[in-house]
Amino acid sequence: MFQLLWLIPALPLLSFFAIVLFANPNKRLSSNIAIGAIGLSWLISWAVVFRVVTTPHFELVDLPLAWMPAGDKILHLGVMVDPFTAIMLFMVPFVCTMIFVYSQGYMQGDPRYSRFFAYVSLFTAGMLGLVVADNLLLAFISWEVMGLCSYLLIGFWFEKPSAMNAAKKAFMTTRIGDVLLFLGMAYLYGQTGTLTFKDIFRPEVMEKLAQTTVSLGPLGTQPVAVIIALLIFGGAVGKSAQFPLHVWLPDAMEGPTPVSALIHAATMVAAGVYVVARTLPIFAAVEGSSALVAVGFIGAFTAFAAATIAIAQDDIKRVLAYSTISQLGYMMMALGIGGFVAGVFHLITHAFFKALLFLGSGSVIHSVEHGHHAAAEANGEHPGEHEEHFDANDMMNMGGLRTKMPATFWTYIIGTLALAGVAPLSGFWSKDEILAEAFGQFMHKGVASLPFFVWLMGTLGAVLTAFYMGRQIGLVFWGKPRTAAAEHTHESPASMTAPLIALAAFTLVLGFMNVPENFPLIGNGWLHHFIGEVFAAAHLEFEAVPFNFLVGGLSTLLALLGLGAGWALYKDHPAGAPDPLARPLGPIWRVLRNKYYVDEFYSATVVRGTIAFASLCYKFDDSWVIDPIVDWAGKGTAIFATANRLFDTHVIDGTVNFIGIFTHRWGDITRRIQTGRVQNYLVVAMASALALFGVFLMR
Amino acid sequence: MPDIPLSWYLIVASALFCIGLFGALSRRNAIGILMGIEVMLNAVNINLVAFWRYITPQALTGQVFVIVSITVAAAEAAVGLALILAIFRSRDTVNIEDVHLMKW
Amino acid sequence: MSITQVAFILISAITLGSALAMVTSRTVFVAALWMVAAFVGVAALYILLEAGFLAAIQLLIYAGGIAVLILFAIMLTPRVMQPMEGLSRFNDQWMFVAAVSAFLFAGLWALAIRTDWPVNLQRVTGDNIFLLGRGFMTQYLLPFEVTSILLLVALVGAIVIARD
Repeated sequence: MFQLLWLIPALPLLSFFAIVLFANPNKRLSSNIAIGAIGLSWLISWAVVFRVVTTPHFELVDLPLAWMPAGDKILHLGVMVDPFTAIMLFMVPFVCTMIFVYSQGYMQGDPRYSRFFAYVSLFTAGMLGLVVADNLLLAFISWEVMGLCSYLLIGFWFEKPSAMNAAKKAFMTTRIGDVLLFLGMAYLYGQTGTLTFKDIFRPEVMEKLAQTTVSLGPLGTQPVAVIIALLIFGGAVGKSAQFPLHVWLPDAMEGPTPVSALIHAATMVAAGVYVVARTLPIFAAVEGSSALVAVGFIGAFTAFAAATIAIAQDDIKRVLAYSTISQLGYMMMALGIGGFVAGVFHLITHAFFKALLFLGSGSVIHSVEHGHHAAAEANGEHPGEHEEHFDANDMMNMGGLRTKMPATFWTYIIGTLALAGVAPLSGFWSKDEILAEAFGQFMHKGVASLPFFVWLMGTLGAVLTAFYMGRQIGLVFWGKPRTAAAEHTHESPASMTAPLIALAAFTLVLGFMNVPENFPLIGNGWLHHFIGEVFAAAHLEFEAVPFNFLVGGLSTLLALLGLGAGWALYKDHPAGAPDPLARPLGPIWRVLRNKYYVDEFYSATVVRGTIAFASLCYKFDDSWVIDPIVDWAGKGTAIFATANRLFDTHVIDGTVNFIGIFTHRWGDITRRIQTGRVQNYLVVAMASALALFGVFLMR
Repeated sequence: MPDIPLSWYLIVASALFCIGLFGALSRRNAIGILMGIEVMLNAVNINLVAFWRYITPQALTGQVFVIVSITVAAAEAAVGLALILAIFRSRDTVNIEDVHLMKW
Repeated sequence: MSITQVAFILISAITLGSALAMVTSRTVFVAALWMVAAFVGVAALYILLEAGFLAAIQLLIYAGGIAVLILFAIMLTPRVMQPMEGLSRFNDQWMFVAAVSAFLFAGLWALAIRTDWPVNLQRVTGDNIFLLGRGFMTQYLLPFEVTSILLLVALVGAIVIARD
């Protein structure tokens, strides 16, 4: 059974090659190959998950594969499955399959339809490879495959300059993180001589990492484990779009919507959290590790800040993008305070409902776009004559879609409630566990501690989350249609709504897999029992958090309040009117609307600085130093070459000719020895042997 | 037999070898050369048998060597004669001095 | 001087005389006949050495097979049989070769006399031919088979080369 683990990432990879090499001209065949491959992966994954879940005290199955034997150091490229991997295998292939099916409808009629399915297959292969990897090397390779694919997919409609720029931005920004991750990996290998997780997590290795210290000059002496952990976290910050490297993710909305769902729900952003969670023993190797504090702090800050930005955005996908950043912040902060199970739980539930929301928003955008064309035709205009700019992503162009797209509407509502954290949907249980963990710790440690900060940011973020989601559904689904396009919308095809319904079903029930044990009637704490002991080898264990009715009740109440406020404020928002929050918030609104000016800050500092340095380099090169040196060197070389040529023709050639003539003459003389008669040769050989024999006898 | 010293056999064998060598290296006729070589092989065989009889009479190795050597000689004679015939056909001579393709 | 020593000297004289006559005779046909005589002499030496089986083989293969082969080759190509007109039977270097051979003989003689051979004059026990036959099927199976293959290859090769 577990031998099939290899197939899980290999099948989408094969489908990528099959599509690129053979099936490219045939669109229907391409998408069928892609869906078939991911579907098979999904089946195998769930079979594996089933085996893991039904085996009592399942620990680890590892299938190592020696890849690069270099002396006695062997780099392994193995795959493994442990409960943590299993829970990821439960989520990733399923969500991917849903997105693939959805894409088949969404990408209909795109000229690069086959290529799209090739890219997403490769992307999925990367994510699945990351999940099943038993070592950081294979994980990193998969990670980079994903980075490449995100570049290709965000820039999928590369004829749009904005998409092209977004792709470049995503690639460059995540690259910063990737370099850090690679450094961390190299450092880890240097310290331990291995990159395989189960070897790293042996107690003596962890002990060594914690004991060895390195001096960082003014920053003081730090344990190696902290440095490595911070470098790995740097990679995760880039990939999971945490502050300050979050800027690429909202722009990534330029890609096709299924890609947004793929990136923001199941795969790429989850990869960062996954890697941090997977290497959590390194983070926690030192008591009170500053690496964990950094994770918790950045996570909490991101969770709150991204949520504030989200309330001031008009683009439906941008709101969801900032929401994703914010939710990833929740996961990070959970990991930062040691809430491994809570973080993973939220990762899983979030994957489902965020995929649902993105696919739902795609469905909305899709139908608004079609409605726009329909409206244009109804007005007697021909498509193409319609020159004025129309943004199908803008929520201000929507409204009243509730009755026109019932399936999308109801599934969207489920996703919204889950994201806002309304009991008893999945988002409630996972977010509540994070907050309860933080609450419990801060009760223990007092107000001046990281858990309090985490709890405060998390709770405030939850209110804001509920508010912007309320605002969104109010703007999109309630009220009257604000444009002709919204008037002409229709429900999307079944290939798009079916995945929505499937994801919605999971969103409804998934939370029950980890209801805290002290909760009446349905308490089980299953996930806790399942993955709580993953790092037992590294002496890292997690205690279950009891359900806290104060925290749970408070967050549900706040969620409902936020949702209600957002909904009430925006449901009858008239077309063209300014945002009702713009006046009361004043300058704060402008800051939020402009996303804290982070992009502007980066272009003023990093980008402009780079350009200034580049032009300085250019000057240095072109007119000041390098070019004159090169010119001078050229002239000098020419003179030297002339001298060389004279030397060559007279001295060298003369010598060579002499050798040739001499050899010729000498050969003429000596060739006479070569009679060609075998008896002649033999008698010479015989006489020589005789001479040797004589010497032997005389001795 | 016991009253014949081993060295007698060795001397006769070396004499036969040298005669064969002279024949092989000095005759013009290719078949003459071949016959010289056969005689040289015979001289060696005498040595092998003599050593077997006088030094290791319990082991079979000496006789086995001789039998292998005789077989090789037979094969050599067959191939050698075939070569000589082939040369004779193509060049119309058995004078080995006319066959000096190896020259230059 | 015992009777065996006399026999040895006689046989050796015949063998060496025939060999000398072989290398010096003008026509190859005569040389081939002398060669047969030398081979028979060698066979007689084998009998003196109590190697009866080898003597039989010597007669069969050398004095029989190879000699007949050479005689056939000579007689089937008439011009080979005749001495070459206007040319000596020896080539230009024959005196040098003779000197080399003589010196070699002297050296070998010296070697044969000077060396102290570890002579072991045990009687050969058991049936020599029986032992030899069993040896070829057991201990010396590999040389035996290799020799067989060599013979086969030589046979095929000779036919291919000699064919038109």
